[in-house]
Amino acid sequence: MNKLLCECGHENPEGTKLCQKCGRPLSAEEKDNKIADMRYEGTAIRSKTYNKSIIDKVWNFFSSVKVGITLIIINLVVASIGTILPQEFYVSVATDAEKEAYYSDVYGWFGEVYYALGLSDVYSSIWFQILVLMLGVSIIIASIDRGFPLHKSLKNQRVKRHASFMKRQRVIAEGQPAEKGDETLALVEQKLKELNYNVRREDQSILAERGRFSRYGPYVNHVGLIVFIMGVMLHLIPGFYVDDSMWLREGETRAIPGMEGYFLKNDKFILETHDNVPQGEQLKQGVNVVAKNFQTNATLYKQKEDAVAGQADDLEKIKDYEIRVNHPLKYEGYAFYQMDYRLNELKSMIFDLTHKETEQSLGQLTVDLTNPEEEYELNDGAKVKLLAYYPDFAGFKDGVPQTATASPNNPAFIFKMFTPEKPDGETSFVAIQQTLEPNGENIYKMKFANVETRNMTGLTIRYDRTLPVLFIGGIIFMIGVVMGSYWNHRRIWIEQSADGTVHLAAHTNKNWFSMKKDLDKLTDAAYLPRYVDQQESKLDEQQELEDKQETEKEGKTL
Amino acid sequence: MDKKKRRSITRGIILAVLAVAIGYTVYAAWTKDKIEIVNVGSKAPDFEVIDLNGERHRLEDYKGEGVLLNFWGTWCAPCEREFPAMTRQYETYKDLGVQIIAVNFAQSDFEVRKYVDNMGMNFPVAIDKTKSVFTAYNIDPLPTSIFIKPDGTVDRIITGEMSESQIVSYLESIKPE
Repeated sequence: MNKLLCECGHENPEGTKLCQKCGRPLSAEEKDNKIADMRYEGTAIRSKTYNKSIIDKVWNFFSSVKVGITLIIINLVVASIGTILPQEFYVSVATDAEKEAYYSDVYGWFGEVYYALGLSDVYSSIWFQILVLMLGVSIIIASIDRGFPLHKSLKNQRVKRHASFMKRQRVIAEGQPAEKGDETLALVEQKLKELNYNVRREDQSILAERGRFSRYGPYVNHVGLIVFIMGVMLHLIPGFYVDDSMWLREGETRAIPGMEGYFLKNDKFILETHDNVPQGEQLKQGVNVVAKNFQTNATLYKQKEDAVAGQADDLEKIKDYEIRVNHPLKYEGYAFYQMDYRLNELKSMIFDLTHKETEQSLGQLTVDLTNPEEEYELNDGAKVKLLAYYPDFAGFKDGVPQTATASPNNPAFIFKMFTPEKPDGETSFVAIQQTLEPNGENIYKMKFANVETRNMTGLTIRYDRTLPVLFIGGIIFMIGVVMGSYWNHRRIWIEQSADGTVHLAAHTNKNWFSMKKDLDKLTDAAYLPRYVDQQESKLDEQQELEDKQETEKEGKTL
Repeated sequence: MDKKKRRSITRGIILAVLAVAIGYTVYAAWTKDKIEIVNVGSKAPDFEVIDLNGERHRLEDYKGEGVLLNFWGTWCAPCEREFPAMTRQYETYKDLGVQIIAVNFAQSDFEVRKYVDNMGMNFPVAIDKTKSVFTAYNIDPLPTSIFIKPDGTVDRIITGEMSESQIVSYLESIKPE
C-alpha cells in the first residue's frame, strides 16, 4: 500500500485528497481546485482505493452511488410495471391455463405479453426479490464504505490547519482586526460559545463546530431502511407472519390454518341487503340490491393442553364473535376478516317415495348431504336404502358413477326402495333432472320434493409480528431524515498570526445563509475583517458576464 | 500488507453474510407456497385419529415402526388407483413393522364406509372431520403420502400417484431394522 506523505510529515492512506492532519491538498486534481472538496472530509473512500481481488470488485460494485441509484430506478420501474394490470393474486381463477386465458381475454395482446413475461406475478418472482435485496446490499455496503472513514475523520479533527486548507474554503476572511487586536481570540471564543458552538483552542488557533451529529443523518436513515427490509424478510420466517384463508360452511367446525391448536365454527352466515327502490347512481349502474352487511357468527375453540392434531372432540370454547367487514375477530394477535361468501349451497334434499301411477306417497325422507344415512324407514313398513352417494356427479366411467369433488354441487344417489308391492326392492339412480332404472321398470320413484341450503363464509386469517419491526425501521428512517435536513454541520477555523493578522475559514454542508448570519454576529463581536464567499463571487462574475451577453443580444435584436 | 489482508477478510465476511441472507430469503420465499410445516428430515407432527372401526391411532404409539400416512378423498382418481397396491403391500409390511394409515378429507361416514368396503382396503382409514391433521401437515394436493421413519422423522413426502414398485421401495426404506 502506498502512503501519501504530506509536507507536514503526516502519512495519509492512498486516495486521500486533503491531508488528515493539516488539510493541505494532496492530489494534483485537488491542488488545482480553488475550493476544497469537503465531501467525506477529503478522506480516501475505501472502495475507490483498492480494486484488485474479486472481493474488492464486488465490494466496489455495491458501494458505488451510481450503482445504488441505478438499482433504485430499476426497482421503481419494475414495481410500477407490476401495478399496470392486476396481479395473479387478485385474479380468482385456479390453474395456470385459466390465468393465461384470463389475461389474454380481458386485456388482449397486452395481457398476453404481460403474462408471458411473468409480470402478472412480479412481486413474488425471484428476480424481483433479488433486485430488492441487491438494493439492500448496496445500502449496507455504501454506508460501511463511507460512514466509517467519515466518522473517523470527524472524530480526529485538528484545530490547526494549514494556510492552503484555510484559503481554499468557500467562505474566508483575512486581515487585521478593526479593534482590540490582542483580545480577538478571546472575543471569538466567547461569542461562538454564546452561539452554541463547540469551541476548541490550541495556542493561537480555534476550531468551532456545531451540529456535527447531522452528518450522521444519512447513515441513520440507511439503518432505518435496513431494519425495514429485515422486517419484510421476517415475513418468511415461520411464526412471524400468517396470511391464510379458509372456507367454512354453516355448522362446520374446522382447524384454523396457520393457528395451531385452534378451531373455528361457523354458526351462521348473514347477508343483509338494503330493501330500497333503486335510484340515482344505483339505477345507472344496473345494481338491484345493495349489500348492507356481511356477517359470520363464529365461535373460536381451542384444543386442550397437550392435545395433538386430530383430537377435536374435547374443544374448549374461547369466544363468540360476529365477524363483519372491518370488524374482525381478534385473538392473541390473530385477526379473522370477512372476505368472501357463497350462498345457498345444498345442505339436504327431501324426497317423496311415490307410486308412479297413483302418485301416492309412502312418506318423505330427508338426505343430509354432509352425513347421509344408510337406511330411511317410512310408513307401512316401506323403507329406502341408500346404496351410493355422489356429491358432485360427473357422469359415468365404465358404467360407474363418478364424483368430481367432495362438495354437494350436483348430488346423485342410488336408492333401493322396499315397498309392500316390491319387498325385495327396486333400484333407482337419481340425479338432478335424471333418473335411471338399471334393473328394469320400477313401480315407485323417489320424487324430488324440496331442498335445504346453507351458506359458506370465506375468512382471511392474519397474524403479523413484523409490524413493530417495520414501525421501528420507519421511525429510525425519519429520525435520520430529520437529523440530516433540519440541522447542519457548521465549522469555523480561526488563526491569528504573530503580527495580529486573522485568518478565518468557514464551512457548512448546507444552509450557507445561516452560516453567514453566524459569521456576521461573530465579525461584529470580535471586530473581524469582512469575510468573502469565494463561490458566490465567482458566481457573481459569471452572472454578470451572462447578463452582459444577454443585454448585448437583446440590444442587437432591438 | 497485513492491513490489506485484514480489510479483505472483513469485506469478505460482510459480503458472505449478505449473500447468505439473500440466499435464505429467496429460498424461503420460493418454498413458502409449498409444504412449509412438514419437511423431509423434520419430526412428523404428532396426531391422533379414530378409524372407521373406532380404534384410536396415535403417531407416537408407532415409535419404532414405520408409518405411511396417506391423505385422500373419494373423488380423487389417483388415490383410487394406488389403493389396490397399498392394500396388497400392507399384507406383507404390516408384519414387518410398517403401518399404513389413510386419512380422508372430511367426507361423510357413509361415503367413506361405502368406498372402503368397495375397495377392500385392509388398513386403518380415518376421517379428518375438522381437517385438523390436514392443516397440521399442510396437505395440498391429494393424494399426498408421508413416509415416516421408525424414529418419527419424515423420510419422504410424495404428492400425486405412486406406482406399486415405488410404494414397495418407499415402504422398504421406512422398515425398522
